[in-house]
Amino acid sequence: MASGSGRRGGLRLARILSGNVNSYLSSGAEKASTAAWRSTGQLSSAEIAPFGARSVSGQIVRNRLRSRMVAASKLRNVQVKAENSRGLWQPFTALLGDAPATKVDKKLIVTISSDKGLCGGINSTVVKYSRALVRLNALDHGPDDKPAVVYVIVGEKGKAQLQRDSKKLISLYFGEMRKQSVCFTQCSMMADEILKSNEYDAIQMVYNKFNSVVSFLPTVATLLSPQQLLAGNQELTGELDAYEIEGADTKEEVLQNLGEFQFACMMFNAMLENATSEMGAQMSAMENSTRNASDMLDSLTLTYNRSLQASITTELIDIISGAAALEG
Amino acid sequence: MLSRQGVRSGLRAWCAAATARPLLARGFADAASEKKAKVFGEAQVTDKFKEDWKKIAPNFDMPKFPSNFMEARPPVPPTIPAKLTVNFVLPSQYELQAKQVDYVIVPATSGQMGVLPGHVPTIAELKPGILSVHDGTEVKQYFVSSGFAFVHANSVTDIVAIEAVPLDRFDPDEVRKGVQEYNQKMNSAKDDLEKAEAQIGVQVHSALQTALGIS
Repeated sequence: MASGSGRRGGLRLARILSGNVNSYLSSGAEKASTAAWRSTGQLSSAEIAPFGARSVSGQIVRNRLRSRMVAASKLRNVQVKAENSRGLWQPFTALLGDAPATKVDKKLIVTISSDKGLCGGINSTVVKYSRALVRLNALDHGPDDKPAVVYVIVGEKGKAQLQRDSKKLISLYFGEMRKQSVCFTQCSMMADEILKSNEYDAIQMVYNKFNSVVSFLPTVATLLSPQQLLAGNQELTGELDAYEIEGADTKEEVLQNLGEFQFACMMFNAMLENATSEMGAQMSAMENSTRNASDMLDSLTLTYNRSLQASITTELIDIISGAAALEG
Repeated sequence: MLSRQGVRSGLRAWCAAATARPLLARGFADAASEKKAKVFGEAQVTDKFKEDWKKIAPNFDMPKFPSNFMEARPPVPPTIPAKLTVNFVLPSQYELQAKQVDYVIVPATSGQMGVLPGHVPTIAELKPGILSVHDGTEVKQYFVSSGFAFVHANSVTDIVAIEAVPLDRFDPDEVRKGVQEYNQKMNSAKDDLEKAEAQIGVQVHSALQTALGIS
């Protein structure tokens, strides 16, 4: 880190060069980093620190630490919830299997993304994989028939990206999920809404599974509709016929309930995992942007000092040569 | 989804004048244990899928699948095991994870169902009622809201419920009030939806009443 005086000079220089700084930055993430930098008070401090005065750097460090701790605690909350919900979908997968390679006519792709930005690449990853799944489906079906693939998007960012090229394929979209923390009732209502308005043979949910604060794995969960389960495709559903159905309902009704329940449970887990990944990605993005900003500040400080010294040297040379000329 | 599930079980309970059915003990599975249950530890990703993926998305890795994150289930043992393995999960936590117990009694829609090791593979829909887990002399009882219970051929039982609460957390006065309230609502219901919702309320609260042993 640059020494105290160099840093103070760097502050002044950075303010003067703020116009240049904007043009120097190209990508959105770095623009966001300047925004973050400004908001932490280094440039937005009301007192223009006169050259040579100490800036309130201690306060800034404390602010940054606090916001990092807030983000870490938010992450921990959602992470605990996500990890606890991981048991929920396992019984269904154990019973019904996981067969992403099923060839079906009508597919529903549920893309789970975040509402807010500044969370790294998780939304673009999810969108990429959704598009790949659509292309896979097209491969299966040949160029002539129109395989029915329909998107259901959860989250504003996914919708913004998918709207560009697949607007006609979007059937439903859920936004403003951040206003309320994820709970099972909410998920079952969403699942209800989705199932009511769409006919499908298989659902593929694309989401980011939380592995650790820096690693998120894009995951595709496949759920077959009750009709497909009934059709009893042996290799897909395992020996479902071997299971007796307990309860006065017919097999169709129980499988219908089972399919819907499975969707709600899987969606609950998927949304929690995605929310945790989003928090983790936001934390890393914040860390990276702060580090980038500090690095930029250092390099600009050095540039400033060098140019200052150069100009002083030039002036001195002028004066000395002028004085020498007068004498001589 | 829940309302649809509740209507059916609510209607059935209403028609059958829900009284606590006697314990239905199930026999042992005999020929079923010879069939090998599929061990779902990995996704059934065919080679064709992998090739297709490479064709359309050569630069991306294949996505992960949920079965990658799951432990493989044990295969069907040749003889009936001594203990039942129970997994009891809720949306908010793993209540019991791979616990070895003697037997469990689940509140299936057709009555209380006892599950012992070697039980026939079953898919059972649950109605609001008491779930009890017996291990030697230890008995743990929960009131579950509803869900599903799967019994597999390898003597692993999965119980998925939405809410499960130990019985001592309930307030008997609230339960009585709830029964009266929902009965009133049912009588004054204007359309089918309200009636169905009221019926669900009545069913849950009466089940709670019987469970807690209060009138």
